[in-house]
Amino acid sequence: MTTMNMIEAINSGLDNMMARDDDVVIMGEDVGYFGGVFRATAGLQEKHGKTRCFDTPISECGIIGVAVGMAAYGMRPVPEIQFADYIYPGLDQLVSEAARLRYRSAAEFTSAITVRSPFGGGIFGGQTHSQSPESMFTHVCGLKTVIPSTPYDAKGLLISAIEDNDPVMFFEPKRIYNGPFTGYYDKPVEPWSKFEASEVPEDYYKIPIGKANIVREGDAVTVLAYGTMVHVANAVVEEHGIDAEVIDLRTLVPLDIETIEASVKKTGRCLIIHEATRTSGFGAELSALVQERCFYHLEAPIERVTGFDTPYPHSLEWAYFPGPVRIGEALDKIVGELTS
Amino acid sequence: MAGDNSKTNLPPLSLHVPEPKYRPGDTVDYSDVDIPKAGDQPRPDVSSDPATMREMVYDMVRVLDEDYKAVGPWDPKLSDDTLLKMLKTMAQVRAFDDRLHRMQRQGKTSFYMKSTGEEATSVAAAMALHSDDMCFPSYRQQGILFVRGYPMVDMINQIFSNREDKLKGRQLPIMYCSRRLGFFSISGNLATQYPQAVGWAMASAAKGDTRIAATWCGEGSTAEGDFHSAMTFATVYNAPIIMNVVNNQWAISSFSGFAGGERTTFAARAAGYGIAGLRVDGNDPLAVYAATQWAAERARTNNGPTLIEHFTYRAEAHSTSDDPSAYRSAQEREEWPLGDPITRLKRHLIHRGVWSKEQHEALDKECIEAVKVATKEAEKNGILGHGLHQPFETMFQDVFEEMPWHLKEQSEQANKEREIKWPDAEASK
Repeated sequence: MTTMNMIEAINSGLDNMMARDDDVVIMGEDVGYFGGVFRATAGLQEKHGKTRCFDTPISECGIIGVAVGMAAYGMRPVPEIQFADYIYPGLDQLVSEAARLRYRSAAEFTSAITVRSPFGGGIFGGQTHSQSPESMFTHVCGLKTVIPSTPYDAKGLLISAIEDNDPVMFFEPKRIYNGPFTGYYDKPVEPWSKFEASEVPEDYYKIPIGKANIVREGDAVTVLAYGTMVHVANAVVEEHGIDAEVIDLRTLVPLDIETIEASVKKTGRCLIIHEATRTSGFGAELSALVQERCFYHLEAPIERVTGFDTPYPHSLEWAYFPGPVRIGEALDKIVGELTS
Repeated sequence: MAGDNSKTNLPPLSLHVPEPKYRPGDTVDYSDVDIPKAGDQPRPDVSSDPATMREMVYDMVRVLDEDYKAVGPWDPKLSDDTLLKMLKTMAQVRAFDDRLHRMQRQGKTSFYMKSTGEEATSVAAAMALHSDDMCFPSYRQQGILFVRGYPMVDMINQIFSNREDKLKGRQLPIMYCSRRLGFFSISGNLATQYPQAVGWAMASAAKGDTRIAATWCGEGSTAEGDFHSAMTFATVYNAPIIMNVVNNQWAISSFSGFAGGERTTFAARAAGYGIAGLRVDGNDPLAVYAATQWAAERARTNNGPTLIEHFTYRAEAHSTSDDPSAYRSAQEREEWPLGDPITRLKRHLIHRGVWSKEQHEALDKECIEAVKVATKEAEKNGILGHGLHQPFETMFQDVFEEMPWHLKEQSEQANKEREIKWPDAEASK
């Protein structure tokens, strides 16, 4: 075991996989000699060679399209899109090509690619470095979407994603690369080294895709969250002394519906939290599923706490962020009768 | 608000919207189309610096002259056998297209696309490649499958989406796929295969393989970002790839001017990327073969990518879904200055003394008969129509390698609906 932040854990997972499998190649803007703008690929080119980890032109369409072609050859490319906000020029290659290739070729060709991309706000990145576009990809049949919330999970899930024979969108919550975030922007960040989830094996291990993690058990309300919002949710329920069950989804598609269903049937209440914009966000899907499956167990309306339906603002970032106040109000609505 | 030009005396701006020279009913005169003399084009060494061969992108590699003789440095000097194979394959493709087009008109399938007049750009090109080089075609390169020996019955099964369709009835007719024959799954989205082909070529190079990649798109889809991304990646990594632009003058109803063809050639796109570019008479099968052979040798010797523009003419409709008489002059096809690729090769072989009109007539009959036989065989497996050719569960397979719970649930729903929608089929099960 070594203490790692999320970047170091991702780097370690990539390194393990490159050592185990010659077909794993990393490509993206600035990922080679420099090691990536967030340092996720630091040292990998030097260690594994220039044809295994290389810089690309600034062309997301080209990066994804070339990765699809490399996968058709038999490789396992792990392209990095520098910010999730930049992914749109590559959308056709993801939606119409990578996601559909297995189906349209009756499995003669597949796209075993893992698209890594930092996402989410809270770093004063403005509207082009803060977006959470995950629901655009969960809507696409044929793509898996994975979002880790700790260094330990990030490495184990990334290895599973790379070994998966289907295309995986691997969104990394960049606000928590260096330490978990409680939603209070004015409090100092505590580094990952202070938390147990920073204990990461240097060797290969996997966390299965499609399995959620109950990070806090409780009976009063089920809180569904992923990425950065898992930590914010935890901090808020602790602060309010609510006996909440917090579930870190880890994977949005395929979703661990069993864990969600069992929890909501137990608690009878459900709060859904994500940083992404509200309308047609993944919370809408979660809300519908919980209603369809747990309606007769529900004791209060399902609540959603999300980002607002505006572009991510720069100076008003903390007014936008779905932090403790918005979550607290929603919890009041759902469990108010329990706490009052 | 309009700007104020009063201080400058400039005329107001005007927007240029391209317009083709000829519309339905117009008399066509192609005398202004510059067709260089066959045999006049220099053949640079395959390792040439693209900067030293820039004139090639405005020229036109041509081998067959007006007397159907093969002339000049680009003559690939092919054996009679090879040329006869080329001729027979092109004739077979044409006969196939004619019959399958008719089958669509008879209601046996939803869609078809002919390659009439453009057969050389896939048949001659594929023959100049190694059989294990990887092809990333667009939708009008069925000729590649004929060269590589894909059975016509399997093609027709796909066109009919019947129970023997290897793609399980999932794809629009003619969107073939054959991993075994190095033929990538055809996408309906245009030019997406371009960066994929470059990626495959990069992988082959990274692995120290000997195989190269070839890809095709129409002149219209060179406007897609994918084309330019592919060109950038190809030049950056010196990828072993041949990028073919089949300039057949028309993208459905939009003439090549809407892809920039009024200002320059499509081969000239290569120059800006520092990629070797060749512009070829696409109706001259020997020129297409020679250019592909040159580009393949260049790629295979680590000298990098080549862009080839095949200057040709789409002799028929874009697909069964459009009527070209509604947007272009019917005279275009008759007046096309580069003739027809099959006729030209036929006359060349007659000129060589190894072929005759009678033999060609017999060949055409044989080709028609072969398609008939294949069609009848395929029809036994069903034609498109009632949606029950494939095992029902195939609708939900291959979305992912393993079927997740939500697809299992939806599959159950579909099965329940099936009993209501097709009770007779259920009873006969």
